[in-house]
Amino acid sequence: MSAPLIKVDDLSIAYASEEGPVQALRHATLEARAGEAIGIVGESGCGKSTLASALITLLARNARVTSGGVQFGGRDILSISEEEKRKLRGRHIAMIFQDPMTSFNPVLTIGEQLVDFQGQREGLSKAEKRQQAAAMLKRVGIADPGRCLDRYVAELSGGMRQRAAIAAALLMAPDVLVADEPTTALDVTMEAQIIHLLRELRRDYNGAIVIVTHHLGVVGELCDRVYVMYAGEVVEEGSTDDVYHRPRHPYTRALIACDPANLHEQTPLLPTIPGRLPDLVSPPSGCSFAARCPQASELCRSMAPPYVEVGPRHAARCHEALA
Amino acid sequence: MLSYAIKRIGLAVLIIFVVMLAMYAMVFLVPGDPASLALGPRATPELKRALMERMGLDQPIYVQVWNFFRNALTGDLGYDVWSKRPVSEMIAEVFPNTLFLGAVAMTIALVAGIGLGCLAVVWQGRAVDRVLAVLSVSMISIPSFVVAIYLLLVFAVWLGWFPAIGAGEAGDWGSQIRAVVLPAAAIAITWVGYLARLVRASMLEVMAANHVRTARAFGLTEARIVLRYALRVAIVPVIAIVAVGFGSILSSAVFVETVFSRPGIGTLITSAVQKRNFPVVMGSVLFMTAFYLTVVTLADLLMAKLDPRVRDTLRG
Repeated sequence: MSAPLIKVDDLSIAYASEEGPVQALRHATLEARAGEAIGIVGESGCGKSTLASALITLLARNARVTSGGVQFGGRDILSISEEEKRKLRGRHIAMIFQDPMTSFNPVLTIGEQLVDFQGQREGLSKAEKRQQAAAMLKRVGIADPGRCLDRYVAELSGGMRQRAAIAAALLMAPDVLVADEPTTALDVTMEAQIIHLLRELRRDYNGAIVIVTHHLGVVGELCDRVYVMYAGEVVEEGSTDDVYHRPRHPYTRALIACDPANLHEQTPLLPTIPGRLPDLVSPPSGCSFAARCPQASELCRSMAPPYVEVGPRHAARCHEALA
Repeated sequence: MLSYAIKRIGLAVLIIFVVMLAMYAMVFLVPGDPASLALGPRATPELKRALMERMGLDQPIYVQVWNFFRNALTGDLGYDVWSKRPVSEMIAEVFPNTLFLGAVAMTIALVAGIGLGCLAVVWQGRAVDRVLAVLSVSMISIPSFVVAIYLLLVFAVWLGWFPAIGAGEAGDWGSQIRAVVLPAAAIAITWVGYLARLVRASMLEVMAANHVRTARAFGLTEARIVLRYALRVAIVPVIAIVAVGFGSILSSAVFVETVFSRPGIGTLITSAVQKRNFPVVMGSVLFMTAFYLTVVTLADLLMAKLDPRVRDTLRG
């Protein structure tokens, strides 16, 4: 099996706040190999967006790396200079943003932006870059790329915008493609089309894909392996099949049970996980999920659980998983 | 875009019409008839009637209004009651001075305002930003005629760097530029403060926008992001303000021209009002209104060209 292309290694990130540092990401470790698609799932506030920002080296101003780093191309890309980070972005690591309406500049045409986004590609004239952009738009299923290039983002439909955003990310054939909630802003039919498109593009893409979403269905459709995050920690990882069908962490089980796609009967109340996320300024000393976990014991509340290997490339952060 | 332009121009014509009607109403609301005010208490009734006739004030008001507009359309703004010179000629003589003053003031305001605004963004939250905040608010709150008097005192009377009065020698650019510095600075200072605040707020908002993050995520240089991606969005509200500001700059010119005894539309209107020289007042006001509306309309069209979202709201 090939070596990981990008590896998040024991990464902890805290945001400065008035109450003290908010530990948004705590000792997260994950990896993606060439040709592999991994999913990162969890509810809002679990740290998945922070993780996505770290992968593309665009952390917020008040964020601080308190441990670990992101290994790519043989170095920690969070500790290199701003200029080196800039050169990585777009060219080696690219991102598909959540809301394409606001992710494109409103006063420049799509074409002007797609040409600018190839700024790091040397030896290509503006016209050639435009041709590249048109070819990529065609590839993501935009019927009239020339027309699309001359439009402003507000003049495109939601689906076209998301296709253009995907084309932008693929323009320079990056090694790592990070997709932050790629279908959240879309309606259901559009979502199906975009998932279909991403699956198709995967076939001849050799890099690693990281999909960050709260939507279990998207990960199920697209990813080989999945990391489940809760309160800034990776609580379970494994092949999508293992995690969805043989979940070992109680949070993963609860998350799957809450997915409306898994409801077979009509219910007046959608299932939810009772309780709230722990305070990330002072996280609990035991398991972070203990307060909401139906199986929590005294041990769970006092001691942080170990990360237990429960199968081949399948692990869960739970005392119960040991048994 | 074309239908928008037509709509804008139609609106401008309507505004000119309303302004001139208001001016006419004012002439009739001023106590005493213009002729006796102009001639003084010892004028004979015959003299008064003659003057009324010459000023066209004996006609019914709708005839006067009609005549005024009809003549104005052909470029005839009437004649000075005293010197009998055509008003249009008098305006043509002094307007370049006012325009030059306004243009220099606007240039100072734009360069200094946008520059200071961008500085405040780059040093956001630091000492420079805080000093600029205090400075800008002070510049906004001081009226331009007060600034004018202090500038006169310091730079013209004490230091003697710039002339205190006049617009410089005709044909001598050096002296004209030296003469415009103080009055232009007096007018610009409010706008420097205002634009600095506006550009700062506008830029901060844009720099936090998602599309700036996208541009960063594609490895664009920070300079390119600020100048091409952010400033182009941030400048749109500034253009709207600057266009409206041009009107305010022209009205400050009335004060400042008086303080510096500079020939210009401002001094022309002030002296005409004092002498009840109505044709000159009407003609100058009509001219200034038309000029101002032209600037604002052009700015609106420019904005629609720069920002496709403005165009869309007009289409819909």
